[in-house]
Amino acid sequence: MSNKYNFDYLDELEAEAIHILREVAGQFEKPALLFSGGKDSITLVRLAEKAFRPGKFPFPLVHIDTGHNFEETIDYRDRMVARLGERLIVGSVQQSIDEGKAVEQKGKNASRNALQTVTLLETIEKHQFDACIGGARRDEEKARAKERIFSVRDEFGQWDPKRQRPELWNVYNGKIHKGENVRVFPISNWTELDVWNYIRRENIELPSIYFAHDRDVITRNGQLMAASPFVNMDEEDIVERKKVRFRTVGDISCTAAIASEADQIDDIIAEISQSKISERGARMDDKVSEAAMEDRKKGGYF
Amino acid sequence: MNILKFFTAGSVDDGKSTLIGRLLYDTDSILADQLEAIQNANRKNDDGTVDLAILTDGLRAEREQGITIDVAYKYFQTDKRKFIIADTPGHIQYTRNMVTGASTANLAIILVDARNGVVEQTIRHSYLVSLLGIKHVVVAINKMDMVDYSETVFEAITQKYKSLAEELKLQDVTYIPVSALKGDNIVHQSDRMPWYNGESLLHFLEQVDTDVQEESDKARMPVQWVIRPQTDELHDYRGYAGRVVSGTFKVNDKITVLPSGASSTISKIEFFDKELEEASSGQSVTIHLASDVDISRGDTIVNSSALPQESKLVEADLCWMDTKALDTSITYLLQHNSKVTKCKIAEVVYKVDINTLDKHAADEFKLNDIGRVVLKTADNLPFDFYGESKANGSAILIDSRTNLTVGATMFRALAD
Repeated sequence: MSNKYNFDYLDELEAEAIHILREVAGQFEKPALLFSGGKDSITLVRLAEKAFRPGKFPFPLVHIDTGHNFEETIDYRDRMVARLGERLIVGSVQQSIDEGKAVEQKGKNASRNALQTVTLLETIEKHQFDACIGGARRDEEKARAKERIFSVRDEFGQWDPKRQRPELWNVYNGKIHKGENVRVFPISNWTELDVWNYIRRENIELPSIYFAHDRDVITRNGQLMAASPFVNMDEEDIVERKKVRFRTVGDISCTAAIASEADQIDDIIAEISQSKISERGARMDDKVSEAAMEDRKKGGYF
Repeated sequence: MNILKFFTAGSVDDGKSTLIGRLLYDTDSILADQLEAIQNANRKNDDGTVDLAILTDGLRAEREQGITIDVAYKYFQTDKRKFIIADTPGHIQYTRNMVTGASTANLAIILVDARNGVVEQTIRHSYLVSLLGIKHVVVAINKMDMVDYSETVFEAITQKYKSLAEELKLQDVTYIPVSALKGDNIVHQSDRMPWYNGESLLHFLEQVDTDVQEESDKARMPVQWVIRPQTDELHDYRGYAGRVVSGTFKVNDKITVLPSGASSTISKIEFFDKELEEASSGQSVTIHLASDVDISRGDTIVNSSALPQESKLVEADLCWMDTKALDTSITYLLQHNSKVTKCKIAEVVYKVDINTLDKHAADEFKLNDIGRVVLKTADNLPFDFYGESKANGSAILIDSRTNLTVGATMFRALAD
């Protein structure tokens, strides 16, 4: 793409994402935007504003709430929804557990991450969503590197990597049968650094846990985990107060912090540029096996 | 800084995934935990070094078989450019995946094994590059370490390829001798080939000028969505949202809406909280018109002084992408930008043998077949020829029984 009119790489990524969001609006009856409170979905919200304002979003925001949240994320979510004046739907993992549809994991490394899939699929079914917009990026993980921007899922939310539709030029085929739905990833082509550079350029506010702060943590499997009632701790776990920040925001029980002094966005960008560990390196859910993400996607995960 | 999208053509035997792995590795784009995961993997090179190809094979089946089945996208960046790599499979049974990866690329890297030279597969991959209209080609002559870094071998292959490039009308072709395995001329200039005075592959990719795209300057914007807040304050607000696919629209330009043919003038161009004087190819904007015109999703706004072709019959190149063969008796859906219309394949003009480039008559069109057809659409299509505009000159075919994308088409000529 020509840059003769000062169209740089962030402009190009932004224009592509807006195009994808508008295709969702045009092609689907009941889309939704999956909002986790993380920087990627916050970026999606900004892009949706650019795609549809001064009109309303043609979709609600949907939060699959594990109940094991960082308080800061929920505060942020509620303030953001109030500012936007858009509709928020919350799918509760706790409720899925209470109704017996999902079973809490046991043991020291128990997490509600996997249970999100149950609640997500239930929420999709209940509201008859035919498209769910998510903030996944292809640079995160090698199974994601293979996924289409419009990714068709069957009635059970399953991804079949062998039966993906060819996706050519910037034409997206959103035709589906009843019961199927499409996961749409508008920032597929962004890297973690692109997201941060965009957040800086657009001056987007983020939940405070992304910035360095003092927190009680324990060290487990070489990772720093927040000392929280949602993390199963025993006498072997030693609580220490450290200056940390989070690179991703997920369920508190599976999201590790990193030791960091970066309390300004410029410092964070400098830190990521030099980092030798990928952001999913701090996600316990990806550590299970080489095909952990592929297997979860086949089962209906984002 | 801008973005260069490129794709790599070659088979696993040519060291394609190794080349990509090498680019990522030598630009420090592989992070410690990813490297650790590769080192823990069971696959190693014969000499015990880490198999860089594992980096791009993302699916279990690919790792098991040691081949690339589907397109994988990889990202890296230097201080000059952001790069998006479409790593595509080279085997003939995955031609459709290569076409997919090539459709969004500005540049193609064609891998040639120095020991084998230009082979059937090279011809096939180069044909696809010319079919998809990729303007820049790098012929990476790989495995130079296996031929003693011989200049004679490199020159012979270069000469052979030049005649192929001429036949396929490939315009900008660059030849680089490399060894992906050893890292010669990938990121760093190799001192093992003093006879080669050109750039390393990465240096070339950083410099290549993609601004000189011979893309159309005719202004086109397919309408994706109509923004109508319908609030008290913005009662009469009506904005046409879309992405400009070619040319530049300016405020006060006279425009025509197709297929209706209605005309108006641009009163305002908006981008979120900004008003723009103009919007050019690639930008997603909202256009306002001076008069009330009936416009909805699927319509195209064009500059009135440069109208596109308009027809229900068009000659197009077709790449068939479904396991179920083309059926000329049924009606498909054709999706051209935001427009979807019914479509039949009125005639198969010829099929191309993509290994020899021979054209021949055919009754059948099966998975991975490529050839020329006549498309007949229910509605008038406002299009440009693919050679002029990729975005407005291409479309996909959808089988409405399965909803699968079954064909990729590139508009080439008017049909009578």
